[in-house]
Amino acid sequence: MITKRIIPCLDVKNGRVVKGVNFEGLADVSSPVSLAKYYSENGADELVFYDITASAEGRALFTDALREVASQIFIPLTVGGGINTVEDFDRVLKCGADKVSVNSGAIRRPELISEAAKLYGDQCVVISADVKRVDGVFRVFAKGGRENTGMEAISWIRHCVELGAGEVVVNSIDTDGVKGGFDLEMLKAVSDAVNVPVIASGGAGCIDHFTSLFKEIPEIDAGLAASIFHFGEVKIPELKKALADEGICVRI
Amino acid sequence: MIAILDYGVGNLFSLRSSFAAIGAEAVVTADPKVIRSADKLILPGVGAFEDAARKLRESGLDLLLKEEVANGKPLMGICLGMQLLFEKSYEYGEHEGLGLLRGSILPFSGKIAPSYKIPHIGWNQLAFEKDVPLWKYVKTGDYVYFVHSFFAEIDGVHTAATAEYGIPFTAAVAKNNIYGCQFHPEKSGSVGLGILRGFCEAEGSQC
Repeated sequence: MITKRIIPCLDVKNGRVVKGVNFEGLADVSSPVSLAKYYSENGADELVFYDITASAEGRALFTDALREVASQIFIPLTVGGGINTVEDFDRVLKCGADKVSVNSGAIRRPELISEAAKLYGDQCVVISADVKRVDGVFRVFAKGGRENTGMEAISWIRHCVELGAGEVVVNSIDTDGVKGGFDLEMLKAVSDAVNVPVIASGGAGCIDHFTSLFKEIPEIDAGLAASIFHFGEVKIPELKKALADEGICVRI
Repeated sequence: MIAILDYGVGNLFSLRSSFAAIGAEAVVTADPKVIRSADKLILPGVGAFEDAARKLRESGLDLLLKEEVANGKPLMGICLGMQLLFEKSYEYGEHEGLGLLRGSILPFSGKIAPSYKIPHIGWNQLAFEKDVPLWKYVKTGDYVYFVHSFFAEIDGVHTAATAEYGIPFTAAVAKNNIYGCQFHPEKSGSVGLGILRGFCEAEGSQC
């Protein structure tokens, strides 16, 4: 049986992990390599590195860090942030990324998805969508969730999959940071619309939130989170044990 | 020394790094001299079967590979590289492979329930069929990472492990000095590194 995946997401700025990571026994909490190794040895099924740098220098530091992580950690790595062209795909894939996630870059120019899928395969292209309800309709937001594009989210995601995206990350702005649980209604709507893997993001606060995600929407393939893992509020080995106890197939 | 065949298909960064991690010397090469002097060969591959098979033929590496394998040198195909070992693939048409193993590559599409997403992406469990050097450091039931839409039929001769995704399929092959993994050992954590280590220790044989 294929397992449900648990994916920690790390924000990286100028080649260093930011946004308060807090681990006991980890000397350098902002080293991408130490953190990636920690997660890879503690049950993470995959890692997402999100480059939040805006400058060219910062981008170069990011690719250096990525290359170092990829030479030492042997689980799938997804890279996102600042991906606007196929040259950006090429840059991170050459440094050892397995998948590349696109967001604003695809909103500006949807052909980016088909160009990249043709060159690197569908399995390499992840569409990440920041979605928020506006007057009861799911809308796609750009620029890190600050700008309403006006596009209806379900049809946008379906279009991206038609263009060749092989995986979808749905980040609910409505539940993000609230720690009240994943946005099951939104995730169900997306799962019903596409037949590629769907990764849930935004809202996880405790183990039970992952259990109800996979129980209530069995089509969901993975759960992604950041701070609850970084701050040790949810420990991945304990999370996976709890999921397994509920009969959910995970890699232990 | 292990030669990772470079015929213009796929990203070989992680593969090379994973051999380095287990202390094995691996070079990415298309040079016949280097390939002939290598102790073992890796045939990597991602993307489309037809394109990869054509590139392999155009590079002339197909003939060299067959020659080296006939001389008993251990070879491991990874992902599409494993599929290329077979006679043919029905991936968007009908395409000829290396023919080192009997059988065909078939699409999941139409053979599994529509609730199964294609490609098969993620961690899945190995069920061993044969005792082979690849399994020296791992056990049946261990998880490995798959990304593929096509699969090799199970066969009592070459199937070394199966996995299940709607139907059981060939997860690994082994026949004399020819090995192959449908999954990515270089992305399968410590289990994957253990499998590569097992391959590194495999003895050559005469066919």
